[in-house]
Amino acid sequence: MGQLFHRSTNTIARATIIAAILGVGGLFWVMAQMQRSPYTNFRGVARNQPVPFSHQHHVQGLGVDCRYCHTSVETSSFAGIPPTKTCMNCHAQIWTNAPMLEPVRESFRSGRSLVWSRVNDLPDYVYFDHSIHINKGVGCRDCHGPVDQMPLMWQESTLQMEWCLNCHRQPEKFLRPREQVFNMRYEQPGPRQPVTLDGKAFTSQLDLGNYLKDKYHVRTVQDITSCYTCHR
Amino acid sequence: MESQVNREGPSQPERREQERVSAEAVCPTKKELLYQISGTASGKKQLTRYDFEAALAALDSGDAPEYWRSLEELAGTKEFQEQLHREFPKGASEWLDPVSRRGFLKLMGASVALAGLTGCIRQPLEPIVPYVRQPENQVLGKPMFYATAMTLSGYGRPLLVRSNEGRPSKIEGNPEHPVSMGGSDIFSQASVLDLYDPDRLQTMIYEGEIRTWPSFLGGVRGQIAAQQAVQGAGLRILTETVASPTLAAQIRGVLQRFPGAKWYQWDPVNRDNVRAGAQMAFGQFVHTQYRLTDADVIVSLDANFLSPEFPGFTKYAREFSSRRRPETNPAARPFTTANYTALPDRPINRFYSIESTPTNTGAKADHHIPVRFSDVEKYARILASAVGVNAGGGNANSDLDGKVLAAAVKDLQAHRGTSVVIAGEQQPPIVHALAHAMNEALGNVGKTVFYTEPVEANPTDQMAGLKELVSDMWVGKVDMIVITGANPVYDAPVDLNFVGALQKVPLRIYHGTHGNETAANCSWVVNGTHYLEEWSDVRSIDGSVSIVQPLIAPLYGGKSAHELLNAFGAQPELSGYETVRGYWQSQIKGVDFESWWQKSVHDGFVANSAYAPLNLRVKMTSFAPPAQTAAGNTGGSVELIFRPDPCVYDGRFANNAWLQELHKPMTKVVWDNPLMVSPNTAARLDLEQQDVVEIRNAGQKVEAAVWIQPGHPDDSVTMFLGYGRQRAGRAGTGMGFNAYQIRQSTELNSVHGVKLNKTGRTYPLITTQGFQSMVGRHLVREATLEGFRKDPLFATRVEKEPDPAETLYPVYEYTGYAWGMAIDQNACVGCNACVIACQSENNVPVVGKMEVARGRHMHWLRVDTYYKGGLANPQVYFQPVPCMHCETAPCELVCPVAATVHGTEGLNEMIYNRCVGTRYCSNNCPYKVRRFNFLLFQDWNMPQYKMMRNPDVTVRSRGVMEKCTYCIQRIQHGRMDAEKKDQLIPDGSVQTACQQACPSDAIVFGNINDKNSRVVKLKENPRNYGLLADLNTRPRTTYLAVVTNPSPDLPEAEKSEHA
Repeated sequence: MGQLFHRSTNTIARATIIAAILGVGGLFWVMAQMQRSPYTNFRGVARNQPVPFSHQHHVQGLGVDCRYCHTSVETSSFAGIPPTKTCMNCHAQIWTNAPMLEPVRESFRSGRSLVWSRVNDLPDYVYFDHSIHINKGVGCRDCHGPVDQMPLMWQESTLQMEWCLNCHRQPEKFLRPREQVFNMRYEQPGPRQPVTLDGKAFTSQLDLGNYLKDKYHVRTVQDITSCYTCHR
Repeated sequence: MESQVNREGPSQPERREQERVSAEAVCPTKKELLYQISGTASGKKQLTRYDFEAALAALDSGDAPEYWRSLEELAGTKEFQEQLHREFPKGASEWLDPVSRRGFLKLMGASVALAGLTGCIRQPLEPIVPYVRQPENQVLGKPMFYATAMTLSGYGRPLLVRSNEGRPSKIEGNPEHPVSMGGSDIFSQASVLDLYDPDRLQTMIYEGEIRTWPSFLGGVRGQIAAQQAVQGAGLRILTETVASPTLAAQIRGVLQRFPGAKWYQWDPVNRDNVRAGAQMAFGQFVHTQYRLTDADVIVSLDANFLSPEFPGFTKYAREFSSRRRPETNPAARPFTTANYTALPDRPINRFYSIESTPTNTGAKADHHIPVRFSDVEKYARILASAVGVNAGGGNANSDLDGKVLAAAVKDLQAHRGTSVVIAGEQQPPIVHALAHAMNEALGNVGKTVFYTEPVEANPTDQMAGLKELVSDMWVGKVDMIVITGANPVYDAPVDLNFVGALQKVPLRIYHGTHGNETAANCSWVVNGTHYLEEWSDVRSIDGSVSIVQPLIAPLYGGKSAHELLNAFGAQPELSGYETVRGYWQSQIKGVDFESWWQKSVHDGFVANSAYAPLNLRVKMTSFAPPAQTAAGNTGGSVELIFRPDPCVYDGRFANNAWLQELHKPMTKVVWDNPLMVSPNTAARLDLEQQDVVEIRNAGQKVEAAVWIQPGHPDDSVTMFLGYGRQRAGRAGTGMGFNAYQIRQSTELNSVHGVKLNKTGRTYPLITTQGFQSMVGRHLVREATLEGFRKDPLFATRVEKEPDPAETLYPVYEYTGYAWGMAIDQNACVGCNACVIACQSENNVPVVGKMEVARGRHMHWLRVDTYYKGGLANPQVYFQPVPCMHCETAPCELVCPVAATVHGTEGLNEMIYNRCVGTRYCSNNCPYKVRRFNFLLFQDWNMPQYKMMRNPDVTVRSRGVMEKCTYCIQRIQHGRMDAEKKDQLIPDGSVQTACQQACPSDAIVFGNINDKNSRVVKLKENPRNYGLLADLNTRPRTTYLAVVTNPSPDLPEAEKSEHA
């Protein structure tokens, strides 16, 4: 009886095993990349909105404070989306005939709300609270990115759990003084640009972060990484 | 009715079919399915004669457990044994439904979805919709609270309602109101579900066609003008008991305009006997209030004052429980024997209950005498004669009853001025008169008993009024009837044939929230507003006025009763707001009205509007009994008692699925009204559990399913009203048996000599009593006051609690907050308010009768009822059981995906989005407090329910385990509020939903690391013990043992002989 298999089948078999390992590994890699890609989490994707509102123009150009529109950010879980009335406070006076603003005027006339597309959207099983983060010295920019440089709004971070935990596990790397929370141009302390707080000049973020953790009574890492912190 | 809609709810045509089926018949498919569950050919899952005898034998021989929950447990039936060994009752984890094409497609769909790796989906894009003009004070994401009040049978229940972005979502008691003091009850807690009930009337209807309010006004204008011509001789107004001063003034205004018109009130569970009793004693209608904080001895003559149906329940429950704490000083620390053994300033009260139906009130009694309804009068006379009222006296039915009565008399006489006698609402007028006379003879008036003006706006004899109305209708005197709120077609006494009489009226206008039986027989149907949608006013039991303010605009454009009545006045378009405000503007003089109004609406009540006590003397001097005495019941005939159902009341809450699925305090039956029969009578009449009997009374008959209830008096049966609705809605229609079918106008509360005939059929009564049993452990611990004084630590001696060091786990130091709960079983009155509060706060779904039968009910908090002693007169104990949040939780170790883990504050955390539904945790939980979503029990589609839910709590989906979280959302909010102020969470600022609802202050939650917190003080109480603590689970929820205060004249031995 002759050989059933040609010698080359040995090579093919080995190659198949290696290919299978690589293939399965590759599949997992692809899935992991998919999960982190803007396709899934919309990171960096500018959204179409009924009115092409430019944060860059309003914040950087005109110097409007975040809280002028997002009024409840310091007191509530929800930062607040401004009612049409807030837009009309100014736009009843300026750019009153701009065609771009017609949906705003129409909303104000008819009493029907503008329907914006939500940019930073957490899953419904996550109970995030803006006010407590603001209060503990987490800057707007730390999560929302350089909003003052966004002509159209996009989501800066993945908003995935690993990203949340990245800060919850080491808050000292991110905290800033409360007064600086809304400052879009704030930069973390370094040897060249110290941050002065309570009469002390901090030259490293870790020093400042650890000082602020105490000052603002930030709970322990164990506390703020327990499940009920965000899920309930 | 969240689940039935989705799951086993009949389809639209089926439902219509079902509505046509007569009230006592149950959809046959449902029945068959239930029989399938029980798993035997005959469809019987019940206590047989053999088992019953076994139960008695067990009691005799002393083999029975000291505390037992059901007759099945006593008898040790095979079914009970089997259930014990199962994690869930048989059928819970199996797929028993017949496979339908729809079900098959659903399963296939689910499989495909699973195959698609559900974890890796993209987030759907969501819109965000701001206001155009944001209301002032509205902070999105922060709930607002508004004071208002709910009206039930002529009394207001002051409330504080949470509104999330304009949607009322949770009802609480008004903590500033002296009647509520923050406590609430099942009816007000569940009323938020009524608001969002999808079965509510959504339009106005004329002869089956949709109409509008202007077309109604136009349509009846002609008839109103015609009535004007005849002075309103043909106009009749039928309302519920009116408690609103404004509405009463409006109706009086209409009567002035139409002098020939008449106004009647009808509530099927009315207070005619209370009024007649007051009339008898004082010659005038009065309202009686009690101050139980000052009562050392309480005697109840069939009064169910610790049950939510009783007006002023929240006040009485709190006052009663405040006197059930045996410690000298519950706050005393550190614990020393001296602190707890000296006589307290306000000693624990002693409560004697003479009762014809076992209720949760009687369960709290130190001495409980079950007697037939008709014998309560005799016992009242015995008591009355002994305390110096000329009442004829008599002999008790047994020696033991006589001894208990003698002890009660001795106590009453020893506590002149600090005792109270309370007569039951349903008892005949003479019992009320006797109670008034006794309270006067004992000097209690002005101390524990107060008389005030009647709280209801127009006290009348409602039964007489209804009779007059019906006879007027029969002879054609009535051209136009306006029925608002009441549902007489369903609940009027059957001998009046209300529905027949109603057909004689040419123009019938119905106004209400639901298209009920009466609406179906009216030509005009005006959809009414829920109390959370309308402006109104009401008086609470102390007489103080609450302004009812709306929390939401009418969902379906309904009209309030005020607006309806305006149609008969000069200004038909006047709004409810203008009407109520206008009325008070005319009443309030001498103050700035605007600020008075603002303050009254804001506070939820008008300051200083409570009635001042009246100084009255009992005018009646002799209470000698009539010559003839009630004939004894012999043979097959028994006495039948009608009672409002503990959950659906008189039937008005029949479509409220929360209340339907709430276990009733004594039987733990859900979704039905069992016919309560005593064990002896059941044996005499050869009845077994769940037998269907036919009850005949005065030519009418109704069927009912037998429930053998320990502690029920013999030769008497209790049937609960409110079931067998034909047009309640998807939850209530066709459930249970309609007791109104045999209720006669002459015998509204009890009937002598009815016949019970066995039909040979059985009907599945579903009870949760057998589920989640922790049998054979020392769960309830009890001592008498004397025993407690001798050994204050009695509760801790029953089981050995292991040393905290005895553990394999590393010991965790809780340095920050450590949450814990203490439940005082002595204070708990078993009213179930906590269960509904939890359901409302935590978005707990309803599963439906069939699913409960399979053990798939979802309540996070249950109230277990334990019995001790013989079947004739057992002692009853209530034990609310939430998650224990064990420090060494057995559930956590067995979860393969770490979906249930321990938090740093000692909470046993359940993470839904991680749970894959293995149910190992539930299997390993010794307390059986975990609930699994076997099916998609939440209705994810009904838009109304979306508005109702608490946005701070996840709405759980199918395949997920859930359980009590200690209201983590409230802890987190409390924490953030405190941290923003750089403070620690102050004690008492975070209340769990159950704690907040509890009218008797039995549940206390707090930080056990804060040595000054209330919960720590309770946990340091010697009565404190942990459930199953010998397992070294170290539960954070602990219990305070029961301490009873029996009379020293009635030793324990005699008490058990009573069995």
